[in-house]
Amino acid sequence: MKYKSQQVAYWFFALSVILLVLQIAYGFVMAFAHLGYDGLHEIIPFNAASATHKNLLVVWILSGFMGAAYYIIPDEAERELISIPLVKLQFWSLAIVGVVAVIGFHLGWWEGRKFLEIPRPLDYLVVINVLLFLYIILMTLFTGKKRTTTSLVLSMGLFFAALLYLPGMIWFDNQTMDSFFRWWVVHLWVEGVWELIMGGILAYLLIKLTGVDRELIEKWLYVIVGLTFLSGVLGTGHHYYYIGTPKYWLMIGGIFSAMEPLAFLGMALFAIAMYRKGEKRHPNKLALTWTLGTAILSFVGAGLLGVAHTLPAVNLWTHGTFVTAMHGHLAFWGAYGMLVLGMITYAMPLITGRKMYTKPGANYAFWLSNIGMIGMTTAFAVAGVTQVYLERKVGMDFVDVQLAMEVHFLILIGAASIFTLGIVLYIINFFKYGSPSNEALVTA
Amino acid sequence: MLSKNQARTFFLGGTVVFFLIFLVLSWHTLAKEVPEQTNAENLSESAIRGKRIFDKNNCMGCHTILGEGAYYAPELTKVIDRKGEEYCRIILMSKEPWQPRGRKMVAYGMTEQEAADVIEFLKWIGEMDLNGFPPEPDLKDKLPTE
Repeated sequence: MKYKSQQVAYWFFALSVILLVLQIAYGFVMAFAHLGYDGLHEIIPFNAASATHKNLLVVWILSGFMGAAYYIIPDEAERELISIPLVKLQFWSLAIVGVVAVIGFHLGWWEGRKFLEIPRPLDYLVVINVLLFLYIILMTLFTGKKRTTTSLVLSMGLFFAALLYLPGMIWFDNQTMDSFFRWWVVHLWVEGVWELIMGGILAYLLIKLTGVDRELIEKWLYVIVGLTFLSGVLGTGHHYYYIGTPKYWLMIGGIFSAMEPLAFLGMALFAIAMYRKGEKRHPNKLALTWTLGTAILSFVGAGLLGVAHTLPAVNLWTHGTFVTAMHGHLAFWGAYGMLVLGMITYAMPLITGRKMYTKPGANYAFWLSNIGMIGMTTAFAVAGVTQVYLERKVGMDFVDVQLAMEVHFLILIGAASIFTLGIVLYIINFFKYGSPSNEALVTA
Repeated sequence: MLSKNQARTFFLGGTVVFFLIFLVLSWHTLAKEVPEQTNAENLSESAIRGKRIFDKNNCMGCHTILGEGAYYAPELTKVIDRKGEEYCRIILMSKEPWQPRGRKMVAYGMTEQEAADVIEFLKWIGEMDLNGFPPEPDLKDKLPTE
């Protein structure tokens, strides 16, 4: 680590992993409720648990992205962040808004709009927070010595992510229009601009860890993010099949969704090719494992499992069932969860000066969390297909089908326990690194 | 072989072109098609109040509507057709958690007016043209009979 201000990433990473644990806890509350054990119903009804689970996901990933940006941008721009007090202000306001939102969900202060449950007054605080974050990042970048492709793509992703939050704040009376713009945020984030952020972070990690020439990596970065927008923007159409929007979205959404895996396939092939080509002299092999892992599992989870149910003829039956949960879990984990954990694995030894990645626990964390998540995805898939056939194709009553599916939630909880064990090991390792150390600074 | 400049042009050019197409299609959808398919002229004050109540209570946190939401409780798009107004009114006004075979719903204890608004909203949702969603069960008649 060359710049002292890069240390601030530590706080965002710490917040990120703590929120991840909380997200998992709420996941268990929901899984047990599906099994019939809903003893917490009075305090945490299912809708509070689901709003909390989904929003914590968004916030821990965003906190991870912010930490990554605060680490990467000084390194790429070759200067310190413009102001540490401003970063601290941004960090604490983010943490406070997050905590207030979560408490609010338990008191019924929310909006029933999936993924955007945060009430509008808090939305304004989110906007101010993100503007502050962007100001720090962009000012650092544009007053720095260098503006690399990696840093530009990353900043562009962060900027558009902020911009796209706004359509979700408009009020509509018509449910269809409300939903239409909700997808501008949710879809254009996860299958659009977040992939720019992912591409930027992935390129940075590959440059650092494989030793392959920057020019080559950044050229392919452009191609991949180009493919992302080529398919992902009109791919939004797969959310417009059955919500009161015209039929042409069936064709447009179908064609462009079918192309969406290409960007992820590109990302996976790119990472593997760079891995094979590079000299790999960097000692942090575990960070490289996470990097390759995210590139490959994002292709499986976001790409393949996405296209498995986005063709209109399939989606007519699977829309609004656990098949969506199957895709959602592996997609978020593969593309964004693993990316953030990979970035943390890379950055922590450099921030603290300790090499905890050599510990066996760090290695088990990778394998257990991934095996657990693949098990969970499989359980959701079996539950989802069961639901589609019994409820949609045969016409059985909703609750009868849910009772028939219970066993799959038992499997889900088993797999989730393995996943959780992996995450616990990861976090123990994270906190064993200790706090940032000035001794870790290197003068290059 | 592709140069870095060409790669950048591919990215920027493609992005601009596809965003523009998306914006034009979105405009067409929202200005021309959605009002017609959703019978926007039938969206009464009562139904709008119903939507606000629906959002305020995060009904989507358990149910799906237009196939969107959580998968803990039944799809509500055609719920009035399926269950009838009276059944829905009783559930919405119940002061005890409604719990079909043990799966608990929050007891909202709504007033008569609030329940009527939510039902208006659900009736309006149920009349939309959703391109065939939710589909009719197509294997129902193929089950072996006694």
